[in-house]
Amino acid sequence: MQCFKNAAAQSAKILFNALPVLVGVILLIGAVSVFVSPSGFARIFSQNIFWDSLLGSALGSVFAGNPITSYILGGEFLKQGIGLIPVTAFLVAWVTVGVLQLPAEIVFFGRRFAFLRNGLSFVFSIAVALTTVLIYSHL
Amino acid sequence: MKTSEKSLAGWYFLGGMIVIYFVLAFFKLEAVIDALFFVGRIFKTVLPVLLLIFALLIFFNASVSHEQISNFIGKSSGGKKWVVAVMAGILSAGPIYLWYPLLRDLHKKGVSHGFIVTFLYNRAIKLPLLPLLIFYFDWKYALTLLLVMVVFSLVQGVIFERIKF
Repeated sequence: MQCFKNAAAQSAKILFNALPVLVGVILLIGAVSVFVSPSGFARIFSQNIFWDSLLGSALGSVFAGNPITSYILGGEFLKQGIGLIPVTAFLVAWVTVGVLQLPAEIVFFGRRFAFLRNGLSFVFSIAVALTTVLIYSHL
Repeated sequence: MKTSEKSLAGWYFLGGMIVIYFVLAFFKLEAVIDALFFVGRIFKTVLPVLLLIFALLIFFNASVSHEQISNFIGKSSGGKKWVVAVMAGILSAGPIYLWYPLLRDLHKKGVSHGFIVTFLYNRAIKLPLLPLLIFYFDWKYALTLLLVMVVFSLVQGVIFERIKF
C-alpha cells in the first residue's frame, strides 16, 4: 500500500510539473487553429512536384489537431489538382512533425532531440510520400 | 539549461501564451473567445487520456523496476523493443504531447531515444480513423501509407539509437 502511495505521489508530481507546458501547448494550438486556416494556402501550390512536396510538408508541420481535419483538407487539395505526393507529405507531416508542440518537446527531451526528431520527421514525410505513391501507383 | 531553469521553462511558456491571448483579445476579442472554446473542447478530449497516462505512470512506478524496463524495452533488449514501440505507438490514444511526461520518465529508467522516436512516429497511425482515410482516398493507398510509415518509424528509431545525446 505504501509502495502504491509513493508511486501515486511520484506520478502526480511528474504530471503536475508537466502541466504548464501541456496547457501552454493546448493554448497555442487553440490560437493557431482559430487565427490561421490551412485551406487558404491551397492557392500557393504551384504544380511543381518538388516545391509542392516541400510546401505540403511545411503546412502539415505547422498545423496541428485531429488527423480527420488533415484527411478532409488533403481530399480538398486533391480536388483542386494538387498532386498525391504533396498531399501525402502534408498528411504525414501533420501527424509526425509538431512545430506547435516543439516548446513542450524541448522541455521534456531537450533541444537537440526535439529539433533532430522533428527535422528528420520533416524529411521523412517527403520520403514516405514518395515511397507510398510509388508503391501505390504499381498496385 | 540548468535544472531550475528547466523546471521554470514550462511556466514561462504558459505565461507567454496567456500574455499572447490578452494581446490578441485587444484586437480580436471574438476570435479569442472562439479559441478559448476550442481550447475547452481539447481539454474535454484530453482529460480521459491524461487519466490513462496517470494510471500508467503509477503502474510503472509501483510495479515495474528499472531492471525490468531495461530488459524489456531498454537499450539492449533487442528486437522485441521495436515491436513494443510500434504496437504501443499505434494503440496509444490522445495528443502526442500528453505522452511526453511518461516517455521522459521511462527514458530515465533506461528506455532509449530510439524507442521513444519509434513510439512517437507510430502515434501518427490511428487505426480508428482508418475507415475515414479509406473513404477520402482508398484502401490500397491507406494500407500502403500505414505500412510505409511503420517502416520509416523503425528507420528513424535505428538512426536515433546511433546518435549520442
